[in-house]
Amino acid sequence: MATNARELTNTEFLYGHRACAGCGGSLALRLAMKVLGPRTFVAIPANCMSAVSFLYPQISFTTNAMISPFPATGAVLSGIEAGARALGFKDYSVVGFAGDGGTADIGIQALSGAIDRGDRVIYVCYDNEAYMNTGIQKSGLTPFGSRTTTSPAGRNIPGAAGRKKDMFEIVAAHGIEYAATASIGYLEDFLKKIGKAARCRTTSYIHVLSPCATGWGFPVEQTVEMGKEAVDCGLWVLAEYEDEEFVLNRKPKEFSCVGDYLKKQARFKHLKEKEVEFITANRDKKWEKILKNWKA
Amino acid sequence: MDRPKVVEYSKPLCVEDYPCGAFKAGHLVQDNAGWRVFRPVIDQQKCVRCLRCFLVCPDGAIDKSGDRLEIDYGFCKGCGVCAYECKLGAITMVREGDETDAGL
Ligand SMILES: Cc1ncc(C[n+]2csc(CCOP(=O)(O)OP(=O)(O)O)c2C)c(N)n1
Ligand code: SF4
Repeated sequence: MATNARELTNTEFLYGHRACAGCGGSLALRLAMKVLGPRTFVAIPANCMSAVSFLYPQISFTTNAMISPFPATGAVLSGIEAGARALGFKDYSVVGFAGDGGTADIGIQALSGAIDRGDRVIYVCYDNEAYMNTGIQKSGLTPFGSRTTTSPAGRNIPGAAGRKKDMFEIVAAHGIEYAATASIGYLEDFLKKIGKAARCRTTSYIHVLSPCATGWGFPVEQTVEMGKEAVDCGLWVLAEYEDEEFVLNRKPKEFSCVGDYLKKQARFKHLKEKEVEFITANRDKKWEKILKNWKA
Repeated sequence: MDRPKVVEYSKPLCVEDYPCGAFKAGHLVQDNAGWRVFRPVIDQQKCVRCLRCFLVCPDGAIDKSGDRLEIDYGFCKGCGVCAYECKLGAITMVREGDETDAGL
């Protein structure tokens, strides 16, 4: 399976979508589809990606694709897989692309069920860190300090007050066959992980950080760069869970500055020094745990 | 250029005109060219075909099937990710309507 630009097919399986210019989520979906190929069944719940790919009478997927109810991605994937098996199909993939809200909040039960059943489906969460399609509301994966319409930054509260749920570890806690985090800032790594997921015999999960210029507030041409900086400053970790073990894929020799990464984005512009320090301290705490417990 | 094409579609005038039933996948009735303010232009002299732009394009608008990379201007939205990511600076963003884009 393709792991770099040269090996990737020139054929597009997601084309003509209406995502914002420079949308990170659409890049993640486009490349995942290119790795998986033409024999791929797709289910997408309500989110930006379904809104921009299924605009009647336009359909941007060139393979079988459908919109699932918002909370039901995991269940719909199981259904598609059972149907394909019943029809005796061979050599196909079943993939779901859900947003952070659709995964960590409303879709978490159906996802958990699918992993529990061990159905041979790939669940991709493209994480743009808020409910973007409905106009930037806070989700369970919105990081601390991020300004959204439901977590406005004011004199007393600095945007989102909670912490980002650790979906990767929640999924791993099921004892899933394969789970990984990725970022569109490190695309070859992402391609490799999609390929690994496709070879699994049971459920697999990929969580890909997908910057959104519209919701985060940065220049559109820097989408891929933002995905890279999130990793380089240590706020986003590239890792895998395989054979019941956590493996760290990338350990920056030295982290780049968290404040620099945050201040490039309008959603964090209001943060004061104290809050940036808090975010940095939390990063260090997390990394300490990772370095102690995960394989490098 | 090997990219999906827009099919002919006449705007429905009444409810009965609306297509319904099963649709073929990959059914495109409208392009995205009108979104663009700046157009990426590849300097073929500078390009070493590393395919970075092909990889990072969120719209898949860069075609690598020929000897030279080609941009499908019907579906490029002009986001500029390709120009930003090209390490050789081989892609320039040119304002639409500007006649100086010699690369075309
Ligand atoms: C049951 C249900 N509740 C609410 C909605 C409205 N809705 C549509 S898309 C969306 C946001 C999805 O957010 P997320 O899953 O994070 O994906 P994103 O749009 O950010 O890509 C919401 C709330 C819906 N379609 N169905
Ligand atoms: S709002 Fe964000 S995630 Fe949604 S289409 Fe636009 S850039 Fe993509």
